[in-house]
Formats: sequence, C-alpha cells, structure tokens
Amino acid sequence: MQHNVNWLQALLVLSLSVTLGWTVEVQRPRGVPLTKRQFYDEAKPFTCLDGSRTIPFDRVNDDYCDCKDGSDEPGTAACPNGSFHCTNAGYRPTFIPSSRINDGICDCCDGTDEYNSGASCQNTCKELGRKEREALQKLAEITKEGFLLKQQLIEEAKKGQQEKQSRLSELQDSRKGHEDKVEALRTVKETAEQPEKEAKERHLKAWEEHKAALRLEKEKAKMAEVFLELDDNADGFVDVSELQTHQELDPDGDGTLTDTEAQGLLGGAHKVDSTEFMNMWSNMKEKYVSEVCPPTPSSYDSSHDEQKDSTSDKDQERDLDKDPDSVYPEDDLDEDAAGEDDEDDDDDDDHQVSLLFCIATPFIQPHHIFLSQQYICVCVYQRQYKIFMYTLSTVSSVCERERWCLLCNAALLPFSFRALEKEISFDFGPSSEFAYLYSQCYELTTNEYIYRLCPFNRVSQKPKYGGSETSLGSWGSWSGPEDNKYSVMKYEHGMGCWQGPNRSTTVKLTCGKETAVVSTSEPSRCEYLMEFTTPAVCLEPPNIDTQVHDEF
Amino acid sequence: MGFIRILIELSLICMNPPRMSCLLAVWLAVVLSGIQAVDRSNFKTCIQSSFCKRMRDVVPGHSPYRALLETLELSNTRLTLQLINDNNKVRLLLELYRLQGNMTRLKINELKPLRPRFEVPDVLIADPPTEPLSLVSQDEGGVVLSLGADARHLVVSARPFRLDIVEGPHVLLSVNSRGLLAFEHQRPRKDTGIGQLTYSVCLYPCLWCDKEEDQADMWEETFKSHTDSKPNGPTAISMDFSLPGVEHVYGIPEHAENLRLKTTDGHDPYRLYNLDVFQYELYNPMALYGSVPVLLSHSTQRTMGIFWLNAAETWVDISSKAAENTDSVQAPSKVAQTDVRWISESGIIDVFIMLGPKPTDVFAQYASLTGTQSFPPLFALGYHQCRWNYKDQEDVRSVDQGFDDHDIPYDFIWLDIEHADGKRYFTWDPAHFSQPREMLQGLVDKRRKMVAIVDPHIKVDSGYRVHKEIRSKNLYVKNKDGGDYEGWCWPGTSGYPDFTNPEMRSWWASMFAYDQYEGSMENLYIWNDMNEPSVFNGPEVTMHKDALHGSWEHRDIHNLYGLYVQMATADGLIQRSGGVERPFVLARAFFAGSQRYGAVWTGDNAAEWSHLKISIPMCLSLGLVGISFCGADVGGFFKSPSSELLVRWYQTGAYQPFFRAHAHLDTPRREPWLFGPENTALIREAVRQRYALLPYWYLLFYKAHGTGQPVMRPLWVEYPEDVTTFTIDDEYLLGRDLLVHPVTDEGSKEVTVYLPGTGGVWYDAFTFQRHEGGQNLYVPVTMSSIPVFQRGGSIIPRKNRIRRSSSCMEKDPYTLYVALSPQGTAEGELYIDDGHTFNYEQKKQFVHRRFIFADSTLSSSNISPDSQFSTASWVERVLILGAHKPSSVTLKTSGQSPFDFDEATSVLTVHKPGVNAGADWTLLFQCRNPLSIVL
Repeated sequence: MQHNVNWLQALLVLSLSVTLGWTVEVQRPRGVPLTKRQFYDEAKPFTCLDGSRTIPFDRVNDDYCDCKDGSDEPGTAACPNGSFHCTNAGYRPTFIPSSRINDGICDCCDGTDEYNSGASCQNTCKELGRKEREALQKLAEITKEGFLLKQQLIEEAKKGQQEKQSRLSELQDSRKGHEDKVEALRTVKETAEQPEKEAKERHLKAWEEHKAALRLEKEKAKMAEVFLELDDNADGFVDVSELQTHQELDPDGDGTLTDTEAQGLLGGAHKVDSTEFMNMWSNMKEKYVSEVCPPTPSSYDSSHDEQKDSTSDKDQERDLDKDPDSVYPEDDLDEDAAGEDDEDDDDDDDHQVSLLFCIATPFIQPHHIFLSQQYICVCVYQRQYKIFMYTLSTVSSVCERERWCLLCNAALLPFSFRALEKEISFDFGPSSEFAYLYSQCYELTTNEYIYRLCPFNRVSQKPKYGGSETSLGSWGSWSGPEDNKYSVMKYEHGMGCWQGPNRSTTVKLTCGKETAVVSTSEPSRCEYLMEFTTPAVCLEPPNIDTQVHDEF
Repeated sequence: MGFIRILIELSLICMNPPRMSCLLAVWLAVVLSGIQAVDRSNFKTCIQSSFCKRMRDVVPGHSPYRALLETLELSNTRLTLQLINDNNKVRLLLELYRLQGNMTRLKINELKPLRPRFEVPDVLIADPPTEPLSLVSQDEGGVVLSLGADARHLVVSARPFRLDIVEGPHVLLSVNSRGLLAFEHQRPRKDTGIGQLTYSVCLYPCLWCDKEEDQADMWEETFKSHTDSKPNGPTAISMDFSLPGVEHVYGIPEHAENLRLKTTDGHDPYRLYNLDVFQYELYNPMALYGSVPVLLSHSTQRTMGIFWLNAAETWVDISSKAAENTDSVQAPSKVAQTDVRWISESGIIDVFIMLGPKPTDVFAQYASLTGTQSFPPLFALGYHQCRWNYKDQEDVRSVDQGFDDHDIPYDFIWLDIEHADGKRYFTWDPAHFSQPREMLQGLVDKRRKMVAIVDPHIKVDSGYRVHKEIRSKNLYVKNKDGGDYEGWCWPGTSGYPDFTNPEMRSWWASMFAYDQYEGSMENLYIWNDMNEPSVFNGPEVTMHKDALHGSWEHRDIHNLYGLYVQMATADGLIQRSGGVERPFVLARAFFAGSQRYGAVWTGDNAAEWSHLKISIPMCLSLGLVGISFCGADVGGFFKSPSSELLVRWYQTGAYQPFFRAHAHLDTPRREPWLFGPENTALIREAVRQRYALLPYWYLLFYKAHGTGQPVMRPLWVEYPEDVTTFTIDDEYLLGRDLLVHPVTDEGSKEVTVYLPGTGGVWYDAFTFQRHEGGQNLYVPVTMSSIPVFQRGGSIIPRKNRIRRSSSCMEKDPYTLYVALSPQGTAEGELYIDDGHTFNYEQKKQFVHRRFIFADSTLSSSNISPDSQFSTASWVERVLILGAHKPSSVTLKTSGQSPFDFDEATSVLTVHKPGVNAGADWTLLFQCRNPLSIVL
C-alpha cells in the first residue's frame, strides 16, 4: 500500500519537475539535500546533525570523517554511515550510501556520485523520468480501471453475501421442514412395516426351531456311526473291552482307560445297546476319535455347522447394532458431516432402517452438492441382513423415491449447511472484494508445467506433457505485512519434498484489470512464488489535482 | 557436492530405457534416503585394502633388509647403495641426497624391476639442488656421512639396514629403526608357469616370506561389487620413521581431525586417497577429497617434516611411546618418541626429510620442493556467494541486487552444475542462462566477478564438442581393456580426460580461451569440483585402479589426478589473458603442490556446529603443508543452519582464507538478508570486517607466495617453545599479528582465549583493550563478533571505507593500527599492486612498505627499492593502541597533524596524515615529558 502511495507521489514530483522546468541549482555542499541546506552554513562552524560535536566548516566534505553520524561528509565516502543526495533533475531525487561515491559505478542518474573516480557517467535522468512517467501513467490507468472493477466486485460480493445469508436461513428452515417430514414418514413407515416386522420375527423363530431339529438329526446320525464303529463284534452292544480300544476316552488323562473307567463311561454297565449308548454319547463325543480317518469336511459333526451358523448369525446381528459409520468409512464426505449424522443414526437403528450415508457422485465436492443442485444422491440402506444400493433413478415407486430423497437430503443438509457457513466465514477482504475468486481456478502454462491456482483452496503443478499433478499447497492464510495483509496469500502443506520441506506457495497479489496468474517461480527449493493480478487489490487513486507536495 | 546427488540425476534416467538404471535408481533412493551420515561400508578399511593389511602385518624388529656396503657409490651429488632382502634375495637400490636447505632425500626402488615403477612427476618444482655428501667413516657395520654443519651426520647401518640422522649427540630421526621397511618386488604371476622360479626362491622357511607369497588378493581383489584386476600383482611399499623426543605430529591432510594427529594403535591408520565422501564424519582417519603426504613433527627443540612423495593410495600409522634415550654420551633415560609408518600401494619410496629446525624453516624447505601458494587476485580474498544453484540470470541479478540493497559487500557470485546445458561443462543452459555475456557484463558494471563450475567428467554425447574432441584426440583415461573409461557422474555416462597427459592439459587449457568457452568473459573464473575423480558407480565412488593413464595404472597416479585438473584449468585462465592476469581456480581434490594452482575447500560439510569447529583444524593442517588458500562452506553445505550458526559461521569465515557461503540444492535459501534485520546486520558486520582487513590478507598471501609461510597458522608456529600451544586448534593466528578465536558453540556467552607470548601484550581488535600475553583470558561474547586480538608490536593496515566489492575499494585510503609492544615499539608491512596481474612479478610493479614505530616516531620505508608502482591510496588515519597522550604530532613534511586521544582506551588517533601510501614519511610524536613518550 505504502509503495503505491510512493509512486503516486513520485509521479506528482516528476510531473511537476518537468512541467515547471525544475532545474534551479541551489548552492550547498556536495551531497546535501535541499531540505538540509540550512544546517550547512559556510559562515559558521558546522555542528554534526546529531549534535555530537562542532567542527570548523572547512572540515565539511574534507574526506575525513569527524561526525559519528557521518553528517560532515555528505559528499565523500569518508564516513561509513553517511549518505549522499542525488538531485537527479528530471527523475526522482534519492539518497545513496556514501560508500557508493566515487566507487567507479554510476548510481545517481545525474552521475553526480562519480565526480572523481574516472567513471564516465551519462546523465540518464530525463530518459529514466520519461520511462518512469510512462510506466506510472500506465500503472495509474490500470489502477483507475482496476479500482472501478473492484467497486463492482465489492457490490457483487455484497449481493452474494446477502444471497448466501438468505440461503443459509432457507437451509435452516428447510432442515427443520425436512426433519418434520422425515419424522412423519418414519411414523408412516413404522406403521407400514409393523406387519412385515412381525412376519419376520415369526419367520426367525421358525427358522431357529428348524435349525435345532436339524442339529439333533445330525447328532443322531453321528452317534449311530460311532456305535457301529465301536461295536467290533457286531453283536449290537458296545462293551467295556470294545470301548478300551479308544484310549483317548480316558477321563483322568493317565493314558489308560481302565475297566472301571470304561464302565463308568457306559453308565456303570458292562455293555450298552444303541439306544442306551445315545445317552452315554454326550460324555464321549468331545474326546472320541473316529477310526475312519481323516475326517472329511462332509463328516464334520453338526456342532461345527451350528457354530458356523451361529457365528454368522451373530455377525449379522452385530452388524445391525453397529455404528454404521464404522462399517462404511465416509470416503468422500467432510469430517464435519460425520458428527451431524449421529442423531439420525440413532433413530434409524431403532427402526432398523439404517441410513449409513449418502454419497455424491465422486466428481462433485461435498459443498457443491447443495449449491449446484446437480448431484445424484446415492443412498445406502441396510435391510434384512443385506445391503441394498439405491439410487434415485432406480427406485421404482414414487413413494419410495420420495422417501429416499428426503432421507438423503436430511443427511446431506448438515454439511451443505456447513459448506455455506464455511464460505460465509472466509476472510474475503475488508469489503469481500476477493469473494469472486472463491471456487475459481486460474492457470499459467510455462515451458515445462501447468500451474493452477484455485484461490482459497489449493495450488498445483502438472507437467505439460503428461504426468501426475503435484500439490504445491492448500489454502493457509493471508500473510502480507501488517499494513497490507491482503497483498499476499500463503498456501501450505503441499506434497513433501525429498529431504526437504513440504511444498508451499506464496501468492503475491498486484493490481491489474485482469484476474490472472502472471508468473511462477521457485526461489527456494520447494517454496514457490506466484504473482497474481486482480482488481481486488487496486487502491483508490488519490485525486492528484488537490494534493500539494511539501518538498516544493 | 556429494555422491547423493546422483539420485536426482538418476531419477531422470527413469524416463528412458534401459529399465535397469531405473530400478537401480529406485533401489538407491530407498537405500540412501535413510542415510544420515557417511556410509562407512562404501569405503575401505585397512583390512579391506589388501596391501595395507599385508604391510600392517609386518611386525617390528625382524627387518630382512641388509645394506650391501660393498656396492656403495658416492658421487658429488648422491650416494647409492644396494639393499638385499635376505629372505628372498631381491635387491633394492637406495639413493641418498643431501639437499640444499637442510634436507635429506632418500629413494628406494627395485634394483632390477620387471617393469619400471611410477615416480611422481610434476609435483617438485625442479630437481632439488644438492650439496655434496662426504664420507666421515666406514666400517663393516656401516658408514657415516656428513650433512654439513652442526656435526650433523647421516649414519647408515648395514645389518639390518637402518638410517639415523644425528646432530651432535642427538638422534633427530631414524629410518627403518623398527624394521618395517617392506618393498613388494614385482614378480611374474605364480599360476602362469613363468613364475615357478621366483616361487622356488621363496621356499626358504621364513615367516616373512611365506606371508608375502601366500596371501590372497595379491593378483586380484574385490571390494563390494568391484574387482580390481591388479595385473602387476603386489607392489606395495612401507617404511618406518622414528622421531625421538617428539610428542606432537601434524599434517597429512585431508582428514576431519584435530590439528594434532592421534596415534593409530588399535584402529585404522590415517588414509590418504582422494575420495568423494558423502556426508563425512568428524574426528576419524578416513580419507577425504585431497591428500598431502607431508607430516610435521614439533617439539620445543625442533620442527621437522617428512614428505613421502607417492601418489598411490597411502596409509599412515602413528604410534608413540616412551623410548630409551639413545644418546650415546648421556646416561640412559626415558624420552617420548613418535613412530610413523607410511604404506603405499605402488610406486617407489621417495622421501624428503626436512630438518627444520624452526617451523619457518620447514615451511621454506617444503616450499623449495613443491612451490608456494599462488598469489591470488585481491578480489578472490573477498566474499564469495555460492549456492547449488542460482537458477537463472534473473536469480543472479536479484541476488546481486540484494547485496546492494542490504549494503553487504561481495566479489563473486557462483554458478554450480545446473548452469551448464545438461551438465556439459563449457556450455550454458539455453533456457536459464541464455545470455551469459549480458549477465557477466551486469557484474562487470558492479565491478564484481563470477565463478562457473567446470568439472573434469565429460558427458559422453556425440553432439558435445568437448567430448568429441577428447575422444578423437584419444585423450580419455582408458579402462583395463584399452577402451575409453566410462563412469557415472552428474551428466550421466561420462568420460574422464587423462589430465596426466600434457597434451590433454594443454588442450583443456586452450578451452578457456574466450573464443572457445562461449559466453565467458574476463570476470568469469573457474571451479573444479569432483576432481578426486568422483565416479558414482566406481569403487569407493572413484576410478577403478586398473584404469590406464598411458602406461601407468590409475593406482599409481590416483592422488595426483585432482592436482592436474586444477593445474590445467589455472593454466587456461592464464593463457586466455595472454599471460597477464592471475587466475582463480577452486578445487576440491588436491595433492602436494596444489598450492601453486589456487584455492581448495573442505568439501561437502554440514550445517552443524561441529562442522564449524572442525573447519579450523582442517584449514590449519592444510596451511602447514603449503596450502594456505583454504576455506569451508560458510553455513554448511548439507542441511540448514540456524540463524545463530549461520552468523557464527560468517564471523569465522570472515577470518579464514577462502570465504565462501555455499548450500545444497535441497536446502532453503540463505542469502544473508533472509534471517531478519538483526541477523542481516550481524552478517553485514562480519563481511565488512573481512573487507576492512583485505590489505592485511593481501599482504599475508603475498608473503605466503614469496616464502611459503602459511597465512592461517597454529599458535605453535609462532610460539614454538610454548608447550601450551601445541594442541590448540580452536584459535589460530593470521600471519603473526592477529589472533582469532571463533565462537563455535551454540548459545556461547563466553570463550576462553589463550593469549601466547609471556611478556607481550595483545589488544582487543574492537575495543582496543590491552591484555597480557601468556594467559588464558576469559572473554564474554555477544552475537556481535568473535574475539580477535592484535599483537602488541604489530602494525596492521586496514581500509575502513567498505564498498560493494574489493575492486571498488582499490583507491581508498588506509588506516594504520599501530599496536604498541610493552617496549613502545611496533612494526608492520603494507603491500600494494594492481590486484590482478602478474606485473608485480614480471615488471616489479608493486609497493612494499615497512612501517616502524620506535622512539616516538612512526615511519614508512620502502622494503623493495627496485619496485615501482603508483597508488592513489593514501593514509587517512593512524591509530596508536596503548599510547600515552602526546603534546603534538608532526608529519615531517607538512607540519602538525590534528589528533584525538581517548583516555579510556589509551588510543591515540592521528587525523588525516594524508600521505600517499607508497611514499616515505615520518610522524613524530612529541610529549611534554620527553622521558615518558608513549609508554
């Protein structure tokens, strides 16, 4: 900002000095600006400008430094901290460090700094002045036009802001409306689903009973097999000696199945028939090893099957209870959205209508869903132990369709709401003049790369001839100097560099009629610099006619 | 720049077939990305280098070598004598020379070698002039030869062979006193049949011989995936030297090690083998980029040097003990002794024993053999701004402007490998450096310079002129099978010019002509990196030892390669100006004699406090062996320094000879103004201190060039009898007169500075406070500067008008800092010339003044009356430190001079004497009481 004011002053000075033909040379020691002429009076001893000491006037500019502040040698290189004033008639007057006096390099455009070095300096002030005036005039025009554009931007931003605010309240309303409708639908649905639920429960019960019966059948068949296997003499009885061929049945684990122990297994009897054996079988079945080996999967006893069944049953039941978020990660949704869903999930669980999430088609960002109205909602619904995918287009009945849309919308609302809130909360400048950059992208193509700046979002770089995109940073903050915060944007946490930091980009904003990326560079490894022109930083051109400059 | 950079390059290879390179790149990336420091397994230990192991296995006390006195021949210039190995009857020829300047040269070669053995050329500046050896006595036990004055004798003992250099009753140095002389004679290969005879000779039942013949790896050895074919078989040599009375030895750079060398008992010897070591470790004997096989010994009695002239892989063992005092006339007593054993893989034994006796004598002796530090152009002593890499011309322009905007002087901006078109050196990247002359002219306009990198590996690319010409002239190093040797380096597959070939060097030099090196200009200077040579896919990241340089194996010349590269480049820069301009060339690899060609730096260090600290002993060690123009990357190459470390490094670098900031490609930018205004101001001040002292630096380099005395010196060099100084390597002297103690610890609030010289005084260079010598001084420090002291008795000229480059300061006036000794005297010198040509040498165009303050009179007189040069510079101010207030100060020619006297600091400032710096003048200081003039 300061800079811009300076050039305006410069322009003013230049215009005046040219128009008035400002070439009057006022007598004063070499290197002294007009403003300090009064301190250098030949008739009096000279007092250093810091007041530190007073010396005879002939020691001013005598090429020996007497004053600590260097003020006695304005026209020589004797003082380390002195400065020399170039009048630069036709151009901007300026100060140069004393060390540049007579160093063989022309610093002042009027060449006055090289009065004794042998360097032949051309007076280039007029040429420089002309060029600078042209440049400044051009800049002034740009600023003027840019500033007008900026006013429009501010207006638009105001409108946009209002729209967003009203949309926000609309959203709040519609959210409420949705919730009511969903609630109403839920009641309807519950009522409608009650018979179904009961039927299901009945079916479940029957299924359980059926399974128990099946299990018993299997057990019986197994036991019969074992009986035949044990009954070595095929007399229709299993006796103690026959049982003793199966030492693994030894109950005390000492490795021998004694007579007594075997008898114990047979319920105290010496031998048992197949019916009695059935009662004893439960004592043995855990340890019994069939003589027919290896057991094939088909010969697995039913307990295995049962276990498997029950496990899968349990799993399914658990799935029903589970927090749906943890089953299906929300790939494409903002983190913000996750929390908002909790309320709905609870309700859904109660009714076993589990709306896990809604996802937009992958190419549309979450915050676009509401704003653009161009999404296809895909709802995922869990029902009857299975997951069904519904899309609006495939739902057959109008009623279903309406219901799903409502549910989806209800789920989407919170983050649509958030996205809007986020946008409204962005710092788009003192008058929201930068708001128009939001959700826009600007590209610059160089020899090797295409650079892409999406303000308030991200910066990226892509090889011109194929190759993947590299993130050069995501929106960080405004980071201009304190007095001009909105002149620099900082994008951080881009892709990491090998043995280096994460990539980051500094975007410098300058006044321009166009909104465009004008240059990119990488001044330091993985630290990018982008120059970006926008009318939004154009300052109001001060009214030149009314200003009066002190120096004249 | 280190080996790790290969990853970036290789990832580019991924885009093209062959697939294998891609896979390898990925593998390397995975393997290397986890590495934080040097991967030691990439580099050999002594045991893994078969000759080192064989030689180190030779045990003391069983020397099989005997001098055959009947073969002794004594001519006016040398003595020759045959030695025989009693185990295998192989004879060696010993040559002894007494060299002018108190040196002895000793050469041992095979008497009848199967093939000639390599003798290092181009390191000695001339055949060292000899002095006659005379026979003092001879019997069956040996001979005694006179080495001239001081009853100095060379005693040759016959059985076992041994040499002793004695002075009166003192043994100064003994050779083979521990019997570690070993010389693997060349032999036909056993399994070829021709070798049977040699083999049978060796069937003598002897321990040593069996060992020699039985060991594996003599005809082929493998390290990691690399097999060294060793067609000439074992050729190693070894020799031991004993230094009675010596506890302190120094030198044999380059190692990341303390100044004083440690004993190597129980671990690896110091290794000398020029290697590109990625992220080197500190305080260990591993080889680094350069090698100078010169070891200095020092005691309060004497300083000596051993120069082992051998360019093959070399290991140096150091051990110390308390030995029997062998002085015949005295009663036996224990004295300290240091034993040194040198081991090299091939070549001959060629040793120069420099007998001192003072440190300055040893420097002069070594300089007489290998030459002195080249005299750099004045601007090369300014500040150098480097980074891998300034990206394009706009970047160069804006960094240049940054220095002006922040009022920090600098002389050179550097371009690393990315500036060239696809790492094809001598070219410019067409996208980023399309107008090099425009860029260089921009620097000319600011009176500044540029350095561009030109590495000695050449991209194999038929469209690249440099490659095409070297190939067509058949000047590449050859592989063992006779084809052009190829290895990987920055450009991908590269050829390595055979710089040992004078034709190659001459062609290379011609490439720097302005019409050959397109885009180059007078203010473009050169940096030779990777000249070890670095070969990314070679054994130990360097060239295969069986590669061929003409008829010699790379094994023979390895450590010399880097010197030749820098030599050819420096010649090129001289030639392009028609022999007028002094060159500036920086190299990473070096050898004995490299000092003649330019500057070196300590390679790829890291942004760590420990690396800042080690920069001091590393450069001190180089200075001791002739290489004065040394520096470390300011800020550290790898990693990113904290602002405190960076500031401290600038403050240290400003007081080290070669002052360049450098940074790795992957580090954040670190130009001096990027760390906030406070740090910018601190760095500005450090750089300005450097520029103010440029007249002193220039004088020191002029003297180093003339006499071989190091610019940056360990304290013991100037205080050789002060034992306290013998191990000090956290502070140092610049010349004799400035003592610098860098701050190398984070958060330091104080340092302890040892001020040497009991009876003398030192003045704080900033506050002018006076301190007694011979004490440990506790000095509080702030971030503003590091402790620097000026010796009482010295006069140092400064230029206090700091401008944006040294060239801009050319005509500026001097301020003389006269630091009075307790006796009220001081002395100093000033040297001025045009700053960049050989006219000082060829036309005697220079000013060399001596300033003497004595008897209340400061006078300037001409040291070199036959020189002529007119300077615009004058004397603007004289500061007398430690003065008393005079009543008047009179310039003899023009009357009274105004002056100030500061009672608090006892500093007398004489204003504007105004005399020309090249003129004779005298300032008289008068006092009311003539008896207490300035004391």
